[in-house]
Amino acid sequence: MTETPEAVADDILVSVRGMKVHFPIRRGIVFDKVIGHVKAVDGVDLDLRRGKTYGLVGESGCGKSTLGRAILRLIEPTAGSVIFDGVDVAKLSGEKLRRTRKRMQMIFQDPLSSLDPRQNIESIITEGIDAHDLIDGRKKSRVRIVELLESVGLSAQALRRYPHEFSGGQRQRIGIARALAVEPDLIVADEPVSALDVSVQAQVVNLLEKLQKQLNLTFLVIAHDLAVVRHISDTVGVMYLGALVEEASSDDLYAEPLHPYTRALMSAVPVPDPDVEDRRERILIPGDLPSPANPPTGCRFHTRCPWRQPERCDTEIPELRVLRPAHKVACHYAEQIEAGVIRPKTAEEVAAEQGVYVAATGGLEAEDLLGSGLSPQQGF
Amino acid sequence: MAPLLEVENLSVTFGRKGTKTVRAVDGLSFTVDPGQTVGLVGESGCGKSVTSLAIMGLLPARGVTVTGDVRLEGRSLLRLPQRELRDLRGSEMAMIFQDPLSSLNPVVPIGVQVTEVLQRHRDLKGEAARKEAVVLLDRVGIPDPRRRLKEYPHQLSGGMRQRALIAMALACAPKLLLADEPTTALDVTIQAQILELLKALVVETGTALLMITHDLGVVAGLCDRVNVLYAGRVIESAERRELFGNGRHPYTAGLLASVPRLDSPRGAPLLPIRGSARDAIPWPDGCAFAPRCDYLIDACLGEPPELTDLDGSHQLRCCNPTTVRPVEVLA
Repeated sequence: MTETPEAVADDILVSVRGMKVHFPIRRGIVFDKVIGHVKAVDGVDLDLRRGKTYGLVGESGCGKSTLGRAILRLIEPTAGSVIFDGVDVAKLSGEKLRRTRKRMQMIFQDPLSSLDPRQNIESIITEGIDAHDLIDGRKKSRVRIVELLESVGLSAQALRRYPHEFSGGQRQRIGIARALAVEPDLIVADEPVSALDVSVQAQVVNLLEKLQKQLNLTFLVIAHDLAVVRHISDTVGVMYLGALVEEASSDDLYAEPLHPYTRALMSAVPVPDPDVEDRRERILIPGDLPSPANPPTGCRFHTRCPWRQPERCDTEIPELRVLRPAHKVACHYAEQIEAGVIRPKTAEEVAAEQGVYVAATGGLEAEDLLGSGLSPQQGF
Repeated sequence: MAPLLEVENLSVTFGRKGTKTVRAVDGLSFTVDPGQTVGLVGESGCGKSVTSLAIMGLLPARGVTVTGDVRLEGRSLLRLPQRELRDLRGSEMAMIFQDPLSSLNPVVPIGVQVTEVLQRHRDLKGEAARKEAVVLLDRVGIPDPRRRLKEYPHQLSGGMRQRALIAMALACAPKLLLADEPTTALDVTIQAQILELLKALVVETGTALLMITHDLGVVAGLCDRVNVLYAGRVIESAERRELFGNGRHPYTAGLLASVPRLDSPRGAPLLPIRGSARDAIPWPDGCAFAPRCDYLIDACLGEPPELTDLDGSHQLRCCNPTTVRPVEVLA
């Protein structure tokens, strides 16, 4: 167990600034030409506090997984810095990067495809230990592996078995044991429970919480399930089209969501209680996520936003600003919406206003819509 | 009122000569009334999808043994010849699947796929079929349906594809619609759109809906009646409010306690069910849930419990039902 004085517990382990990941769109057979970029992550700042859990939520395609991978440098960031315990990971290379990687590990969504089917469990877990020369000698490393397996709720009998012999929940436990083998400080968990059945999901969530307390781990949990994220996280960031739209402590975010997208997301989650379901009013947002290759101008959510106001929302990109202590939101009209000064429109009205739904494949549509009469100069 | 769909003692066994047989569905019985929305809830491997395929007659003929009875308006489906079943599928009963991309033909435009149903069952051809297809797509909320008819499945987003499938399923105003995890592959905001659409269509068209899902939240908002499945059997069946408010089976209670709720106080612990459904296969003689149950008593290991009536509409298959109301566990 690492020693953790309370004083250090509150400081920041990872600090991400101006993170951008743009993937080039290439076309052509003979001449490979870059014709645009998919802006998967487009300017994200976030801080991960030591020993705490940061939850990143958003719908598919919002860039949350890319952000998680870019922080670990599994994907090269286009711009920005990742300060990990005082060192900029984005600038490291070679042996230094390799050694830093020991301190940050990842847990994947699909435990079957992230475990080598031809390796037995002992060999899967030993790999990391050997790569970083953590333990000398087979015997000692065997003891350590059994200890790891027990800490994730598996028995020593698992050592000689292969991934396909385990159930989904057990495989995810193996993935967790593999991540823990190199005694990391940071664990990025990308959808750690979404492939699991609900009863097993709860087991894994509880396991992650237990391990965090025992080992003082810092978690970045990426998930689309808001209820799970709320349960497990201390701070939650909501992403939409490559940018954070709201960030707050888990309790604040769920008690008083300030961004229209967060509100809509929250109201869309089904609750297993008929009384709640019958009473609640859903904020339906029309259409699909616009193409990140060609995001809407101004506020990226304005094409689907029930609270959209003319001009400013279409042209001016809202900054992530501090509205309350430890509660940031990227919306021009967050105060007015909260006070109820601006009334939301229905999904049909929003759809009608935009002419058509903005389809996921319709990058062109978004352009058609927004291209009409909206040039950057016009707003200012 | 006579039930629209009666599933009686349905069993489905997989296995060929020389291989070990697996019983996916084991003596399952439930009914669906006209216009009613009924949920089949359970974790993976509990037999819910196999049940829906058995009802539709879509299980392969070889290596599968189906026994029991499935009746649609009193007419037994299991022994119907394929030709007659084909007349029923699409017109009397229709199905939507989890993954809309793999259930649409990728090389045929949406329009052709929608009009195909109309040609087969309603004898509409040419312009008349196209007109009707536009109306159908419009009804499920696909904007600019005329243009969409010419597009291919990959050009539509996940939510749009699911809408197109719903349009096809509803093309002949079927009396029964089976939906197998129709929103599982979709994002929450899109899921909300599709659920609202299904709710509206059920009211509008009077179609009965058999909703198959693992998500208790979806069931809570949508279904009139809920059947909880475990190991191929109904272990509890009740009206929606009764089940969520007064569910008595330890598995039902366990499921509700293991789902984190968005509206419950944070820090409330999750109380998972031990083990996983797959650990229990092959199922022991007694109650299939016994190996994972916290309310285990000696009686549970004897004869498998029968589905018994608690009151007129609440059925339970358990020797030692819990008295803790699931909602209280969470509060």
